[in-house]
Amino acid sequence: MTVVAEDRDAYRASFERFAALHAASAPAWLREQRTAAIARFVEKGLPTSRDEAWRHTPVGPLVRARFEPADPDAPVPADVLAALPRDGFSGARLVFVNGRFAPGLSSLDPGQAGVEVASLRELLRSQPGRLQPWLGRAVSGQAGAFADLNAAFAEDGAVVIVAPGQVVRQPVLVAHVAAGNGTPSVSYLRTLVLAGRGSECRVVESYGSPDAGASLVNAVTEIVVEDNAFVGRYKLQREGGERLHVATLAARLGRDARLADHSIALGAALSRDDLDVRFEAEGGDCVLNGLFVLDGRRVADTHSRIEHREPHCSSRQHYKGIVDGHGRGVFNGLVVVRPGAQKTDALQMNQNLLLSRQALVHSTPQLEILADDVKCKHGSTTGQLDPAALFYLRSRGLSETAARSLLTWAFASDLVRKMEIEPLRRIVERHLQAHLPGVADLAEVLP
Amino acid sequence: MLEIKNLHARAGESDILRGLDLAVRAGEVHAIMGPNGSGKSTLAHVLAGRPGYTVTDGEVLYKGKDLLALAPEERAREGVFLAFQYPVEIAGVSNVYFLKAATNAIRKHRGLPELDALDFLALLKQKAKVVDLDEDLVKRAVNEGFSGGEKKRNEIFQMAVLEPSLAILDETDSGLDIDALRIVAEGVNRLRGPERAMIVVTHYQRLLNYIVPDFVHVLVEGRIVRSGGKEMALELEERGYSWLEKEPAAVPAGGR
Repeated sequence: MTVVAEDRDAYRASFERFAALHAASAPAWLREQRTAAIARFVEKGLPTSRDEAWRHTPVGPLVRARFEPADPDAPVPADVLAALPRDGFSGARLVFVNGRFAPGLSSLDPGQAGVEVASLRELLRSQPGRLQPWLGRAVSGQAGAFADLNAAFAEDGAVVIVAPGQVVRQPVLVAHVAAGNGTPSVSYLRTLVLAGRGSECRVVESYGSPDAGASLVNAVTEIVVEDNAFVGRYKLQREGGERLHVATLAARLGRDARLADHSIALGAALSRDDLDVRFEAEGGDCVLNGLFVLDGRRVADTHSRIEHREPHCSSRQHYKGIVDGHGRGVFNGLVVVRPGAQKTDALQMNQNLLLSRQALVHSTPQLEILADDVKCKHGSTTGQLDPAALFYLRSRGLSETAARSLLTWAFASDLVRKMEIEPLRRIVERHLQAHLPGVADLAEVLP
Repeated sequence: MLEIKNLHARAGESDILRGLDLAVRAGEVHAIMGPNGSGKSTLAHVLAGRPGYTVTDGEVLYKGKDLLALAPEERAREGVFLAFQYPVEIAGVSNVYFLKAATNAIRKHRGLPELDALDFLALLKQKAKVVDLDEDLVKRAVNEGFSGGEKKRNEIFQMAVLEPSLAILDETDSGLDIDALRIVAEGVNRLRGPERAMIVVTHYQRLLNYIVPDFVHVLVEGRIVRSGGKEMALELEERGYSWLEKEPAAVPAGGR
């Protein structure tokens, strides 16, 4: 217990220094939000393995290290820059280094009118009151300790504001990279997407830092989809193998609003995603697709909560895991249907492929239905490659390795194909190809 | 081409093949018939190298080589093809890509250059006609959502593309209506040739009206108890198998 208390004190002390340093520059409403957030954190403390939401996830690496704030002025190595997704993205591009907007690597020009793309820090400085009604609206006080820490410490991030009725043709790219000297550090990033009535936009969030070192990224994304608007969000996490990644998505959907979220987790030693989607009016629709690929001793954990509060909303969640080595996957999906949310149509599916004997997945799909006229279905399967399919492919001349890779590829491919942003899809496909042995034999087979 | 001598094999814990002898020469079509559980499918699977079977005695020579020492993919590359009784659905992998990978794996093994995309598509188009397979099905995921007849036609289509030396057809006729059966049989007949041997495993004599074999063998309790010409199939259709089950297995192996 003393260790936990010390951790809280450390974060509080760190916050006091942070607040003193930024007291003058931040607007009063934001200072209040930050103070409230650190108070919530101190109340909760860091998670332990006794917390239900962290029961299957080794929290050790997240709570044991003393993470120093990452230096936003650290030089960025060339290989980190080279790994930034660039090809094929012609819209606005916001690059963040250690949680700080890097104007030299970015382009804020979305190439069209009707959409505003900015760095959070700049926007807070130039229009201090502008985001007061929005920032922190979607993330509820019940979010986890890491969301509180983000609210307390995040200074920068991406802001995308789409005017009513506007269709943003090019996806907005938000890319985070970390640079450091190997000492454990933490970067906070906060993204806010506001889609006005009847608008459409797509946002790609990319996290990738090939450098070694157990540093932590703590990201929070808030999405407000107003009536009849659409937001597509694509998250690509391909952090280096020792890095830690904690991310929260909070989305609020208005009447007939639509959200499509595609989350791909390919890297990091420990990757935790918390998703919180809430229908606040009738007729909303959300799709949550996810794929995690694990090997070594890596861990990926997704906890999602979809809350149907109003009638006639539809949610489709499909998560897949591919786990090799001693990897461990966790899927915990809760669909809540509130009283009165009649005609809810909810489907939740988690499928996992275990490629080794030591691979492990904890899958917990859950429905909590408090309305009586709804259509809700959920399911979970975890298994190995089908031996009959393996033999079928081998009996046609494919090597065992190639057959395994092809079937693994096929398992992932339906989710990958659903990502309609081609350059992003290519990145994921290339990554999978690089990690599937025997692809030389399959060069012609894999697109 | 193929010489099976005193083959004993188990599936899991049970003995299925108990001293099977069979010799097949290039250009011949051999039909293997027999009651349920006699070991017909086990024979097909053992020849193709399916995991889960253990050969406890005997040997199989294919083109003079020890077939049983080869992995399934090596057998395929050497020209052995099994048309599955229950073809497997493979979501997310199109027939075109799958067959291209298979064709090139086989060509590479034989020291031939890989086919380029255009040549390969032309080949597929031509072969699809052999079994009247819709081009749309050729492009779809392997067997996914195919009807029973379409799956069997897809097997013969794959055989046409891969051009094996030894084709083993495992109950390719079962579950087919007469029109589908005719299409499949015509496809098989067009693939008959002096360099290619076929083993047709079937439960029903009906298939042999369309694929006329050179030899018919009756398998009972893991051994060939009787061998003869194509006319024997008709006799079996009339008399069933029970009269053979009672006879001692004192017959010469067919096809020498």
